[in-house]
Amino acid sequence: MSPKPTLLKILDYVSILLLAVATYLALVFAPTELIMGNAQRIFYFHIGTAWTALLGFIFAAVLGILYLVTKNIKWDILEVAAVEISVVFFLITIILGSIWARPIWNTWWTWDPRLTTAAVTELIYIAYFMLRSGIEDPERRARFGAVYTLLGGVSAPITFMSIRLFRSIHPVVIGAANANQEKMNMTPDMLTAFLFALFTFTVIFIDLFWNRYRLGQLEAKVEQLKLSNQ
Amino acid sequence: MLTPSLLRATLAIVRKDLSAELRSRELLSAMLVFSLLVILIFNFTLDLDPVTRKDVTAGVLWSTFAFAGTLGLNRSMAVEKDRGSLDGLLLAPIDRSAIFFGKAISNLAFMLIVEAIVLPVYAVLYNENLFQPGLLLVILLGSVGYAAVGTLLASMAVHARTRDVLLPILLFPVILPVLLAAVKASNAFLADAPLAEIMPSLNILIGYDVIFIALSYMFFDEIVDE
Repeated sequence: MSPKPTLLKILDYVSILLLAVATYLALVFAPTELIMGNAQRIFYFHIGTAWTALLGFIFAAVLGILYLVTKNIKWDILEVAAVEISVVFFLITIILGSIWARPIWNTWWTWDPRLTTAAVTELIYIAYFMLRSGIEDPERRARFGAVYTLLGGVSAPITFMSIRLFRSIHPVVIGAANANQEKMNMTPDMLTAFLFALFTFTVIFIDLFWNRYRLGQLEAKVEQLKLSNQ
Repeated sequence: MLTPSLLRATLAIVRKDLSAELRSRELLSAMLVFSLLVILIFNFTLDLDPVTRKDVTAGVLWSTFAFAGTLGLNRSMAVEKDRGSLDGLLLAPIDRSAIFFGKAISNLAFMLIVEAIVLPVYAVLYNENLFQPGLLLVILLGSVGYAAVGTLLASMAVHARTRDVLLPILLFPVILPVLLAAVKASNAFLADAPLAEIMPSLNILIGYDVIFIALSYMFFDEIVDE
């Protein structure tokens, strides 16, 4: 294994620094929202983690297709890295959302389309890891994993549509809002904190992804050594 | 050598599964007894009095089908794997998709047989008329999607160490749209709702069936590849 690249080391420190600045912007710099009060500050990290997690899931599906087409194990290692980080980020999204919902909706949880789809998506990718851990042959594990990420990736949007047969109470911040949903308007300072949080979490994702990919390569190597010793 | 057509090969596999099942009746009897037990449990846990029943009949039926379905799916793939007949099927000079469609159709047949017995039993026990063409259509559409995805995932789960435990965990989150749409449509049919209100759910069911039959067909080759 080659030593850790300098660029990755720098990226590690940049991530920490960005996270500190993003925290400052979200908790101190951004003005307090008129109706929701301080609880609204959760929003910056909530969207930041959600955005990267969803991008990560889509990215994982693309990597799954690449694996199925090329059968190169490299894509599988990258796919695991993407899913693993996204699962953690999405869990953070759900927990942060829940904390926000307690004062605003007066409940930790409701079976709203977005919340339900989020929970189901999280469960799909947890099932993905259970599937992988049950299969010994690395090549078969990679194939099954790729197929399952694709099935999950297609079914999650359909789940969303099928629950949307009911009305949603989740706020729509960006883009056209449904007439009966509450719409949040951001001041320029809020927008700065928001965009900075998006940027921060994207950088953190890239940093973790890179580190996790290197770890995955090591795992594959260890597995290979184990198999060749038997 | 002459390779049989896709249709003939598919039908041969369906015939094999059905005749094996007719001789042993292992799978159907297990699914059936299990379904009746699930209804029994629902009866006491939900306290199915006439008022509650109106809203939950579709939910109880679909949960029963979903749970009983995993028994059948697990068993039908495990039998092929354990007795080595899956290798035989893979060696046969037929298109791989014939194996998928054959297994999926026989799984669908088992589900429909179980449903055909559970429905009248439920209707008698709770004095509810379930024989409405709309409801039967929903049950057919839901079972088709369930059997297609279920067959694919069961052929994945059968290779894992924890296979019996794994199948429902893999299947339920992916099959959720079918259950949601089917329950909504079934409830609407039972409540005599206007068709315009039912169509969105039916559209989701049909869309899911088409998309997932196509995906399962595409991926089955990747799954059974040795």
